[in-house]
Amino acid sequence: MSELALKGIQELRGLLESGACSSREIIESVYARIQEVDPKINAYLKVDVESALLEADAADSRRSVGEKGPLLGIPVAIKDLLNVKGQSCSCASKILEGYISPYDAGCVAKLREAGAIPFGRVNMDEFAMGASTERSAYGITRNPWNLDHVPGGSSGGSAAAVAADEAIVSLGSDTGGSVRQPASFCGCVGLKPSYGRVSRFGLTAFASSLDQVGVLSKSVADAADTLGVVAGHDSRDTTSDRAAVPDYGKSLDGSMKGTKIGIAEEFFGVGVNPEVAERVRDAIDFCVSLGAELVSVSFPHLKYAVSVYYILAPAEASANLSRFDGIRYGNRVEAEDPVTLMCKTREAHFGDEVKRRILLGTYVLSSGYYDAYYVKALKARALIKQDFDKVFEKCDVLMSPVAPTTAYRIGAELDDPLALYLGDICTIPSNLAGGCGLSVPCGFSDAGLPIGLQILGPAFAEERILRAGFAYEQSAGFQSQRTSLFNV
Amino acid sequence: MNEKAPDLDHVDITYVAKLARIELSVVETERFQTDLDAVLAYIHQLNELDLGGVEPMSHPTPRKNVLREDVVSRGADREEMIRNAPATIQGLVRVPQMMEEL
Amino acid sequence: MTLLPTIGLETHVQLNTRSKIWCGCAVETAANPNTHVCPVCMGYPGALPVLNKEAVKKTVQTGLMLGCTIALKSKHDRKSYFYPDMPKNYQITQYDQPLCLGGSLEIEVSGRQKTVHINRIHLEEDVGKSTHLRGASGIDYNRAGTPLMEIVTEPDLHSEEEAFAYLTALKRILEYGNVSHCNLEEGNIRCDVNVSVAEADSHMLGVKAEIKNMNTFRGVHRALVYEIKRQTRAVETGIPLVQETRRWDDDQGMTSSMRTKEDAHDYRYFPDPDLAEIALSAEQVEVWGAELPELPERRRQRFIRDLELPDYDAAVLVADLHVANYFEQVVAAAAGSAKASSNWVMTEVMRELSESGGSPADLKVTPKALGTLILLVEKKVLNHAKAKEVFSLLVKSGGDPEQIVKNEGWAQVSDSSAIEGFVKSVIDENPSVVEDYRNGKHAALQFLMGQVMRVSKGKANPKIVLELLKEMLA
Repeated sequence: MSELALKGIQELRGLLESGACSSREIIESVYARIQEVDPKINAYLKVDVESALLEADAADSRRSVGEKGPLLGIPVAIKDLLNVKGQSCSCASKILEGYISPYDAGCVAKLREAGAIPFGRVNMDEFAMGASTERSAYGITRNPWNLDHVPGGSSGGSAAAVAADEAIVSLGSDTGGSVRQPASFCGCVGLKPSYGRVSRFGLTAFASSLDQVGVLSKSVADAADTLGVVAGHDSRDTTSDRAAVPDYGKSLDGSMKGTKIGIAEEFFGVGVNPEVAERVRDAIDFCVSLGAELVSVSFPHLKYAVSVYYILAPAEASANLSRFDGIRYGNRVEAEDPVTLMCKTREAHFGDEVKRRILLGTYVLSSGYYDAYYVKALKARALIKQDFDKVFEKCDVLMSPVAPTTAYRIGAELDDPLALYLGDICTIPSNLAGGCGLSVPCGFSDAGLPIGLQILGPAFAEERILRAGFAYEQSAGFQSQRTSLFNV
Repeated sequence: MNEKAPDLDHVDITYVAKLARIELSVVETERFQTDLDAVLAYIHQLNELDLGGVEPMSHPTPRKNVLREDVVSRGADREEMIRNAPATIQGLVRVPQMMEEL
Repeated sequence: MTLLPTIGLETHVQLNTRSKIWCGCAVETAANPNTHVCPVCMGYPGALPVLNKEAVKKTVQTGLMLGCTIALKSKHDRKSYFYPDMPKNYQITQYDQPLCLGGSLEIEVSGRQKTVHINRIHLEEDVGKSTHLRGASGIDYNRAGTPLMEIVTEPDLHSEEEAFAYLTALKRILEYGNVSHCNLEEGNIRCDVNVSVAEADSHMLGVKAEIKNMNTFRGVHRALVYEIKRQTRAVETGIPLVQETRRWDDDQGMTSSMRTKEDAHDYRYFPDPDLAEIALSAEQVEVWGAELPELPERRRQRFIRDLELPDYDAAVLVADLHVANYFEQVVAAAAGSAKASSNWVMTEVMRELSESGGSPADLKVTPKALGTLILLVEKKVLNHAKAKEVFSLLVKSGGDPEQIVKNEGWAQVSDSSAIEGFVKSVIDENPSVVEDYRNGKHAALQFLMGQVMRVSKGKANPKIVLELLKEMLA
């Protein structure tokens, strides 16, 4: 294996532009790395190197005629719920086994336009329901920093692949923290853009009003470049925003001067492990030493976020996942009549967590319960949005832990769904309000597991959180620490 | 229609599973009952909130009139679409004989 | 005890947009199944709906034609139920904020006028179509995602005749407004019926049944006759009725129970997060209203005022959009001869239509040909009798009347010297009849007239024949 796989987008772009390497060589290097480390990690569900090499050649010839671009010739690992024409898209579920996508998702189409190469399908919790990637129907993914621990989730495959250098960059999705939390657990950068920033067309829906395509990368600058490519309006998604896409790279000036950082104590009081709290506070102090200003703010409705989320997300999911019935695509259990066929197919091919959430969502929407749960949750959601609005009147970004803990041991959380749900408390509010958020590595636990700093911004303030994240990262330098598990 | 007084503490798993078209085993029914009742007990914290006068928030960024013009376009390759069906017959998606349900 | 049926109708109307409601797939009858489909209308993972503006416009226009209040704010909701022909297993419809509210439609039953109130009109999507094959069913998703309006009446109707009259009047409005193709065989208009019977002076309604699966207006009529009889008998004999959904079997001519209220659906409606709210301005609604084609009543008045048609003619002609359009094209081709055009359309053309059961578009007689024929009569190139013969030929094989007249040598002879010859020979050959006439027997003149026409093979101008006969017999 060449060293190319170990590099980020910034460095590879320099090499590609100077002619020191080709896109084909990058694919070959990443593929060699996958063969080397993925038997231990299991981040990838499928890799089609032949077609990727053809696309790499196409990118190389585009470059040879003078084309330039931030992601031209760069392979991007794709979370298994984004449709890529001609590829599988199982959402890590048995129910979509054998399904071949007939179309490209909006963000995938933008990758192709830019000459990036969708390369490999990465593992996830089934239908993005979970926070550990243990709920994939195709085996668990392991944390590259400690193979006995989970990589987080639901975009655990995306995070682990990047952290283990078996992907240059990857796309994930974040409905309640599914990009930021695995980034925190795996020590990479995770960016959840504002709702509407990246097209949801082709992103298999979990909770339509919360889902957003996100980026997992080795550095903040790589995340900024990738967002610049995949963001932007898509007429096929009614919720996609028309605002012009800024040049995110330009906002990365390396300075923290003048940034008002909000701290809400509520985010440290929700079962956050002391070690995690300490590293995050250290990181925030470090930002102050770089010229940022601290502002104390409050977030009174934080403690209701999980309740709101676990009403709204399952409700939307219960309808979104109705289409998986064994009729038009995917796996089917044959039966004597269509109703039985559907019931048996869904029973046999959905995993426990998916069933649990469908049942919960069906319940809260069923006759007699709608007002007591669904409408109430929508109102409480408005209060959480108001908390953010007040916070961002006083500060530019809000900093907090990403998750209350570091990556836990495989199997530790499987039996208690409520405990699992509570782990999302710091990340959920941003999805409920439609804002943007970033997870940046900010150190390690004594056990050597990564910890992430969450930087939250209001809707369409990606430049702000990227600028702060970049300035912190450049001075703190945790992104350059790589797992040593695979050193020869 | 479920016309009994709503039971906000217990999920009627059997009824809900029937609506959701999932044929649960007895073991699953019991497990999900425990799990979901625990989630409901937690969710009841929302009753502490005074939500009078608060407008429900369905969309993170409310939009209006996002409409398309009435133009015919070719979508995906139709062959690929039908090829995904687990069973077909004469170009139709095949299912077992349907009961009447209009 | 006098029992009175109470009926409400829910009519589903497919809109005649070019593309489907959420995607760009064509709305048209396809030769092959599953050819007008894409990830959106087949409910593929990740596919999202985007609302077709034209579907909103046509629904609003329907609302305007029916005098509804147009909701300036409305939205779409998901209605969950599993069925193989419904790709997402939820239907996107409008639950509590439909596009149109209120409204009414005037109907006439046995000479009596009646107002049927409309409760609401909402915009939703159609589902796929299933075909029953041996031991299995096959689903075609071409129809899935066709824009569908549901027009719901108040329970204002009290007989099968009223229901039939309502549907006929509704179809006429929809056709005039050009919002639907209104082809019943294609399933463009489908209707469910709610019916109950109760004592006429009671303020309470009886136990209602919803009846489905009628494919024609005649079927609705027959199903109502059956169902009203069934319910009446039950009430009279004290058999309790249950609220239920019943299926009409057109072959057997009866309804049977599909499901009772106990296993009714729990649809779990909630606002569709994939779609934006619809917010219409009063100006927009006004513009759409102004774009509506001329409606029957306005057209009838124009026929009377501008074309100077008698009230009766105008009413008959506007009753059917296609007949009215055909008529106006005839008038144009006949250089504005409205009354003559009306006479031809109301007699010959409508007779032909009722015999063939077709529509004016299927006729081999084009409006232009009929217009030309009318002009030929007016220019006295043809007499009326010969014109009818030309019309018969046009009905059989189409063509140009002028060419037919030429080919058949049917042009009317108005040249006096030529006619003089015919008259002279007839007088010479019928001395006794001539004698009768001169003795004051008037009928003799008719006989001689007929003889001249026969000798001229019907081509002689009858007016000139008459003048010459009188002159030469004087």
